[in-house]
Amino acid sequence: MTETRATREEQVLERIDRARQRKARVREEHITMAHGAGGKATQTLIEAVFLDAFRNPLLEPLEDGAVFAAGGTRLAFTTDSYVVSPLFFPGGDIGDLAVNGTVNDLAVCGARPLYLSAGFVLEEGFPVEDLRRISASMARAAAAAEVSIVTGDTKVVQRGKADGCYVTTAGVGLLERDAPLGVAHARPGDAVLVSGPIGEHGVTIMLARGELDIEADVTSDTAPLNGLVTALLAAVGGKVRCLRDATRGGVATILNEIARASGVAVVVEEDAVPVRPAVRGACELLGIDPLYVACEGRMVVVVAGDGDGDGAGDGDGDGDGDGDAEGGVADAALAALRSHPLGEGAAIVGRVQDDPPGLVLLKTAFGGTRIVDVLVGDPLPRIC
Amino acid sequence: MRFVDEYRDADKARALSARIASLCEPGRTYKFMEVCGGHTHTIYKHGLEDYLPETITLVHGPGCPVCVIPMGRVDDAIHIAEQPDVIMTSFGDMMRVPGGRGSFFDSTAQGADIRMVYSPLDALKIARREPDRRVVFMAIGFETTTPSTAMTVLRAAAEDVRNFSVFCNHVTIIPAIKAILDSPDLRLDGFIGPGHVSTIIGCRPYEFIARDYGRPLVVAGFEPLDILQSVYMLLLQLAEGRSEVENQYARVVPWAGNGKALRAITEVMELRPYFEWRGLGFISHSALRMREKYAAYDAERLFDIPGNRVADPKACQCGEVLKGVLKPWECKVFGTACTPETPIGTCMVSSEGACAAYYNFGRFSRQRVREATR
Amino acid sequence: MCLGIPGEIVEIPPGQTDLARVDVSGVRRVVNIGLLDGQPLRPGDWVLIHVGFALSKIDEAEARAALEFLEGIGQAYEDELAALRDSSIER
Repeated sequence: MTETRATREEQVLERIDRARQRKARVREEHITMAHGAGGKATQTLIEAVFLDAFRNPLLEPLEDGAVFAAGGTRLAFTTDSYVVSPLFFPGGDIGDLAVNGTVNDLAVCGARPLYLSAGFVLEEGFPVEDLRRISASMARAAAAAEVSIVTGDTKVVQRGKADGCYVTTAGVGLLERDAPLGVAHARPGDAVLVSGPIGEHGVTIMLARGELDIEADVTSDTAPLNGLVTALLAAVGGKVRCLRDATRGGVATILNEIARASGVAVVVEEDAVPVRPAVRGACELLGIDPLYVACEGRMVVVVAGDGDGDGAGDGDGDGDGDGDAEGGVADAALAALRSHPLGEGAAIVGRVQDDPPGLVLLKTAFGGTRIVDVLVGDPLPRIC
Repeated sequence: MRFVDEYRDADKARALSARIASLCEPGRTYKFMEVCGGHTHTIYKHGLEDYLPETITLVHGPGCPVCVIPMGRVDDAIHIAEQPDVIMTSFGDMMRVPGGRGSFFDSTAQGADIRMVYSPLDALKIARREPDRRVVFMAIGFETTTPSTAMTVLRAAAEDVRNFSVFCNHVTIIPAIKAILDSPDLRLDGFIGPGHVSTIIGCRPYEFIARDYGRPLVVAGFEPLDILQSVYMLLLQLAEGRSEVENQYARVVPWAGNGKALRAITEVMELRPYFEWRGLGFISHSALRMREKYAAYDAERLFDIPGNRVADPKACQCGEVLKGVLKPWECKVFGTACTPETPIGTCMVSSEGACAAYYNFGRFSRQRVREATR
Repeated sequence: MCLGIPGEIVEIPPGQTDLARVDVSGVRRVVNIGLLDGQPLRPGDWVLIHVGFALSKIDEAEARAALEFLEGIGQAYEDELAALRDSSIER
């Protein structure tokens, strides 16, 4: 009796997997907030509308930036728009996000960010003083990331549109290394790391909106990651399979992209994922999972495995999630991240396996297992 | 986190798991219903079924207040939201529940002003801040949440706020449990009783279940160890031939409940003669409406709602899932036509719905997952 | 929806009998304690919070009893494992 039930359940699960592989189709006639959340709806929109219209080999990989050669030089090119509300929040403002976000998208392609453009859509009535503040933040952020903002544009729309200020940045960077990075490059045996505590930006924004009446000591983690990437690549260069900065949709979204694109399973140890107590408290209070909450200065790193199956957990029993004492690529990567101020809280959080392909699994602190699925809906609108 | 982390200790879980296994009679299977959506959520979120022997099945009941809202009522709420100058306020869980004409979320895309709030007090605050708008609070929930709505109405009355009203869809748990007990489809051995509802109604209302239906009921907390301990306590009762109401969640639940909360509810609200529950049909004296005395705060009186009955889509088997007759994956449309992204029924929409919980957390077959994480 | 979370009272603002500031893992929010007006509440007490209201005061004695039960189960488990181990050595 149990046998038959188990087989029937298997059949249903297989049916679901097949349904999930089907081609993306946008069912809605109008855009909804879910399309901006960074999860399933966003992905479907991109594939079914934009990819469908623009289709070309440089766009197909749908990585954070496009990588190509022009006149013998290899470049990376990316763009991002910023519609965050509120514009100013603990830890930064829309200007910081606009510079750091684009710098990070270039850095995770393995490129050295060089030049940015900045486009502004301003609402009639927006205070010039606020615009000066935002510009000053952008200048500071650019200096910290060692990039220059070299071109831009300004438009003004009537009162009531644009919610103050929208910023779009595009960036170009130089590819100085050869080994390809991408979400499709993860292999069974690889180790998965995050560069620091997760969910800080999303929670900061949520609380800054003031509607929830919650006070907490949380600030946005917005930061330029190019220095951290350089340190990581210097240490473990050719062993890095994939780098992604976790923004809207959080770390869970990145892990799902990797699992799907590489056709592998990503297994994460809940205990190993760094989350600050205040972030955890806010998420518990509101019933949100920190894995899905946006960051703006954190990377997910996948490095080649050592072949001896090490990865997450506490192999040497010293309680700090460092894995086995005899070293390996994962430990070298961790050490490189931790040696940089932005990577202080880095941790090895999981490993890549071959089965079940396309899924992200979580080993709960409690010892049970569950799936971490692609984000559906929008828990925190207008997060970045 | 205090009072939380201690109840998530894996070592204690293993110990409890061993005890549970030792209490199971060889050759016997057990079916316990956990009524409360929060329990469904915890069970899947922490992978609790991995700690129970195959002979124990946890069946999910109708304790998800979002899941039991009929499509017609959602349409009524959207009708209110679409009125000029209305701000509809709601808990997050309601935003994607599909009515006959779409969900709140779809409505916002069409221009309705629907805002997510954490507390009915936040809705009242919006009403104070925006005196030219009419603020309506979509009140849903079992007895856990009803006192909060009642207290908010009392506060609105005390402060003479004129632009605030409540669209009351509060339901009560005992009639739902009784409907399950009287259902011929189901043979249950016991109940994992709702934890937070019991902080309000206490443990006495469940006594008829143990006494008249001979099923033990253990009021359970929401941490994984709470649920495991409750299963242990149920098995112990069965092994000892007892049928009683026990309180595993005594650190939070007072046996007598919360008198002040019950008085607030009866001051502001009264039982409807009957109410439609999605999947369970019409149940008498199972839901609340605002009293005449508080008519000024009753959205049902202030707005002209269509009040249409909308039949569930033919393919939808939410009713059977809510009664615990079907496991989520046994529903014909589970995971194919009905997914979290394209939900047909409420069990898939609410974060506490059995189908959503299973799809998001438990979907992959237990065995494969255990192998993958070895 | 059943979301009830334990929080510690850190402050009861003077003059506002209905309100208390609670702390959940470093995050603070003002909640309405009107449903608990039969019981004296002080900073340091723990309450169960749900949609902005405190529904119940957490009984520390019961909490300790619950943990002791769990520890007892855990200890009994350890003892049994130890007994199992020892018995196999004797063979």
